[in-house]
Amino acid sequence: MAEMTYRDALNAAMCQEMDRDDSVFLMGEEVAEYDGAYKVSRGMLERYGDQRVVDSPISELGFAGLCVGAAMTGLRPICEFMTFNFSLLALDQVINSAAKMLYMSNGQIPVPIVFRGPTGAALQLSAQHSQACETYYVHAPGVKLVTPATPADAKGLLAAAIRDDDPVAVMEGELLYNVRGEVPDGEYVIPLGVADLKRSGDDVSIVTHGKMVHVALQAASQLAREGIEADVLDLRSIRPLDVDAILETVARTNRVVYLEEGWPFAGVGAQIVSLIQDEAFDDLDAPVVRVSQADIPMPYAKNLEQLAKPSAKSVVNACRQVLYLPAA
Amino acid sequence: MAQAIGEMEAKVNGTELSTADEEADAAGLEGFSREELHALLADMLLYRRFEEKAEEAYAIGKIGGFCHLHIGQEGLAAGAIKPLRGDDLVITAYREHTQAIAKGITPRAAMAELYGRTTGCSGGRGGSMHLFDTSVGFMGGHGIVGGQIPMGAGLAWAIRYRGGDQVCVCFMGDAAVNQGAFLESLNMSAIWRLPVIYVVENNGYGMGTAFSRVSVTDMEARSGACGVPAHTINGQDVLETYRFFEDLAAKVRAGAGPQFVNALTYRFRGHSMSDPVSGTYRSKEEVEAHITQQDPITILRDRMMEAGLLTQEELEAIDAGARSISDDAADFADASPVPDPSTLYDHVYAEINEHGRLFLGGRGEGPGGGGPANG
Repeated sequence: MAEMTYRDALNAAMCQEMDRDDSVFLMGEEVAEYDGAYKVSRGMLERYGDQRVVDSPISELGFAGLCVGAAMTGLRPICEFMTFNFSLLALDQVINSAAKMLYMSNGQIPVPIVFRGPTGAALQLSAQHSQACETYYVHAPGVKLVTPATPADAKGLLAAAIRDDDPVAVMEGELLYNVRGEVPDGEYVIPLGVADLKRSGDDVSIVTHGKMVHVALQAASQLAREGIEADVLDLRSIRPLDVDAILETVARTNRVVYLEEGWPFAGVGAQIVSLIQDEAFDDLDAPVVRVSQADIPMPYAKNLEQLAKPSAKSVVNACRQVLYLPAA
Repeated sequence: MAQAIGEMEAKVNGTELSTADEEADAAGLEGFSREELHALLADMLLYRRFEEKAEEAYAIGKIGGFCHLHIGQEGLAAGAIKPLRGDDLVITAYREHTQAIAKGITPRAAMAELYGRTTGCSGGRGGSMHLFDTSVGFMGGHGIVGGQIPMGAGLAWAIRYRGGDQVCVCFMGDAAVNQGAFLESLNMSAIWRLPVIYVVENNGYGMGTAFSRVSVTDMEARSGACGVPAHTINGQDVLETYRFFEDLAAKVRAGAGPQFVNALTYRFRGHSMSDPVSGTYRSKEEVEAHITQQDPITILRDRMMEAGLLTQEELEAIDAGARSISDDAADFADASPVPDPSTLYDHVYAEINEHGRLFLGGRGEGPGGGGPANG
């Protein structure tokens, strides 16, 4: 174990995989000479050369499509988006090409590609740079999606994503890059589709993913001071989805809050609620409550931005709601 | 519109369509042997009869969805693809039946795909717009205008990454050059000197919109801003096209970097089977004039006959062969099984992960499985 930042853990995962497999290369804006817009690829140009660590022009559609084409021949591109906000320009290649290629070709052409970068809001970046993009990706059969919340998960999940034979989106967070944590040394891979219980408690379940895991843990600490013990279940992987882990926590606490950074309409939480009512309806003692970003474009003003983002307080109150307690 | 076509015709007529000045000797035509000429004629006739058979099958409901015929543009399928090596890669858009056959997909496998049968080259999952066969280097078959262009760059990237000497030929229609993907891809190809030849099958119209209505520059000018050399050729002259691609592929193989080919051609049918041949966007007379004067098959046939390299009997035999292969393909397709319903969820993912659910509903129990209802 070594303590390192989330940023360095991602770097370690890429290096781990590039060392073991020559078919892995990294392409994106500013990934090479500049060491990455968020310094995730620091030192990689020097280590692997400009054929494997490649600065692209600002052409999201173009370089995402180029990476898809390369993956169609069996290479394993890591396609970095400076943020997933910018990947909206590339969605044609993600959805129409990467996600559908294997099916359209009757299994002839797998597309083993990773799309990675930060998703969601940082601080006062306003409407066009603060969007959580999970649902755009996870909506399409053919795509897989992981959302590491900790440095260890960042290393293990990114490594698994690179080894996976399908398109995998790895959604990170600007505010996560400096988070420090213990990361296993040596080769480390976390299988996709395995949720992680980040905190245990029998009174209420906070199910969440990505950066919101940290908000959930804050809320759980506050609740603990009131004598309420919360499970914090980090899905880690949205597709494949660890349904068993969700059903287990529901069966144990009977009260669920889904917390996510994205918008509520057709959000990841909507799917989880649907799943719970289909498969664990009788386990519920209260309707599932969802906490999400306000259903508005992200405002710039600091006070409005804070109101729009999910907060520990809003999660605490959601938990109190499913426990039929008055708001704190 | 008239201007664009007029300009195009001027270019086409300006090239060497007239046979009067051609050197023809008993050995062949423009350096092509008698056998090579017969093969090219047979290829193009096969493409024509195949498409006519597809047209017929579509009319009686054997083929569904969209179906875009290549009739009139066969010179490009034969002339641009036949000079390539087996391990060269071709990627294209959705008017691709004949290109698929030219690269090596059998007429049976292509027709069966149009019929949506298991014996189709995409197992019935792709249809007319998504023909694939990696074993012959045919990488599809893509339905979003311009979507194949960045992937074409990526195929070429992979060739270079592995140190191979193949080339990638990436076809598109004229309308595709107005997509951002075109500019982005040509630029990246130029930066990295990728071994890719972008070919615009310039038939003058994107569906029903003349190129002149959506571009104030000539087609040739489109690649210059990215530093990709442009070439204009007469795609109705299969011999010119063949020699041109033979030469260009060799140059690209040797490291010449990306190329842009503006291949002038004409579509004799509507945009798809659902669309009229002529109408508000082009006159019946214009179409008729092209069919009578610019048919790539007629042009080659006449030249061969004038050079004494083809008799009427030989022509009839070649055509009968093409019809027979096309009829056989349709019979084969019709007799082939439809996909097994149990395969509905196959090939969505290459790797069904050991943990977690990949599908919601339907796929049943086991890894990745769906669970009850539509949860």
